Amino acid sequence: MALTQNQTRWALITPAGLWYAALLLLPLAVVLIFSFGERSTVGGYAPGFTLEQYANLPARFAAFRNTLTLAPLGTIASLLIAYPLAYFLAVKVSPRWKTMLLVLVIVPFWTSILIRSYAWIFLLGGRGIPALLDWLGIEGVRLINTPFAVLVGIVYGYLPLMVFPIYVALEKLDKRLLEASADLGTPPWRSFLQITLPLSMPGVLTGTMLVFILLMGEFLIPAILGGGKVFFVGNALVDLFLQSRNWAFGSAVAVALVVIMLIVVALYGRLAKRFAVNRDDMDLM
Amino acid sequence: MRLYAALVYLFLYLPIGIIALFSFSAGRSASQFQGFSTKWYGRALENPFVIEALWISVEVALISAVLASVVGTMAALALTGMKGRLKMVFDLMIHVAVMIPGIVIGIATLIALVSVFDIVNPWLEAVSGFRLSMGYGSLIAAHGLFTMSLVVILVRRRLEALDRALLEASSDLGAHPLGTFRQVTLPLIAPAILAGFLLSFTFSFDDFIIAFFVAGSETTLPIYVFSSIRRGVTPEINAIGTMVMAASLGLLVVTQVILRRGGARSTDVQSEPVERPKVDRS
Repeated sequence: MALTQNQTRWALITPAGLWYAALLLLPLAVVLIFSFGERSTVGGYAPGFTLEQYANLPARFAAFRNTLTLAPLGTIASLLIAYPLAYFLAVKVSPRWKTMLLVLVIVPFWTSILIRSYAWIFLLGGRGIPALLDWLGIEGVRLINTPFAVLVGIVYGYLPLMVFPIYVALEKLDKRLLEASADLGTPPWRSFLQITLPLSMPGVLTGTMLVFILLMGEFLIPAILGGGKVFFVGNALVDLFLQSRNWAFGSAVAVALVVIMLIVVALYGRLAKRFAVNRDDMDLM
Repeated sequence: MRLYAALVYLFLYLPIGIIALFSFSAGRSASQFQGFSTKWYGRALENPFVIEALWISVEVALISAVLASVVGTMAALALTGMKGRLKMVFDLMIHVAVMIPGIVIGIATLIALVSVFDIVNPWLEAVSGFRLSMGYGSLIAAHGLFTMSLVVILVRRRLEALDRALLEASSDLGAHPLGTFRQVTLPLIAPAILAGFLLSFTFSFDDFIIAFFVAGSETTLPIYVFSSIRRGVTPEINAIGTMVMAASLGLLVVTQVILRRGGARSTDVQSEPVERPKVDRS
């Protein structure tokens, strides 16, 4: 073949480029343009240039409020539950069991989140945990269709994603640092706070960022376990695009969601950088 | 500590176990176990709506995964060792595709394609009597967009870890670039491509949110399950759920085996990177 290296390169990359242009750049541009438009009388979109849709955002305040409280709460809850498990897997478990136990954490993540979330309908519904509590003498507890149910679903769904990066960070940790610290008479909890925790920070940051980003766009868990009472921005978007067909306003909501997400990610990036700097300081000591 | 770990594993597996258990219940009630039976599996597999949804999901997952693997691998090959603005643009697009929430990708694809179809269809219909609409095509294209990005990331990581010396040796020995690609590069990156393919298949097969927007009048299996749950939980849905989870699990095991074998084979060719001795700086 008489293709030069440059021509080969173009031939290889053009299909992917076209795919990105047609199904990523074009759609995102359309959302941005529509967000400045108007709702046509039959639903859908009518051209225009107005900031009306953005001014109207407070109409969906509850969805943004729920997302921006439950997403961070869910992230923190996942972190608190995942960290000890990651620590256990990285530090305490014998190598013989390690692989199997790790795989067992990841397996649920690769099965449908839809089916896994809906399993909680049984557990949180009237005949599940509330019935058990009833039997124990605690009566009248309602769990399904509450923020708590959504939180449980979130932690359940995203725990594997949190465990893994923290595990990787802890696994890399040089155990001799802890031995040295113990030899110098440092109590274990101080060694943990001064060595283990700071060195595992990159993993914590990666895990929380991953989970938080995914939670911002969550729809299924609130739809299944929140029963229409606890709804996220994702649920508002489904409503706006598939039920009320208000494309212009829906686009503004989507743009707002992405902008909030980008701001959070940028702030987080800064935080991560600061931690990286601190770590270098520590290494030099 | 052990007790804690055991509790977390219980938390992870109890819900899955309950679904699997109730799928074998003989009774109509989905939340009370009434004797062992496999009749709901039979019921699910005889339901034409389930079978149709299953086939749509399998076809879409298969086609989108094949396309994503081929196009993604091509892009990864082109991007490795590339510098400059084009590479930056691609890096940005890959990150955007992975980071933007699926729901936003879904609505964006929906309104963009519907708008484009509205413009193109009158003209197309006059010329060929054919109309474009949401369905198979949009499902494959939207799923493929996301999974192609995963393939690029996976294959590129593998390509960057490749031993340059092998490629140089091959070309020094007079091999044609295409020969080097077929005999050296491709076997070495094959495990990454296959892993990308299986990941893509699993993603597409399990995806609900993007499909919910772009499926048009088609019903994929997750869409079927979701709308059934809305109407109330039945043992039949438990049976479908159990089968889907078993299938995902099977695929995961296959991926692991392939990755491990691929890893073992590539060490025959590639010298295992020697672990660098740790330098204590403290």
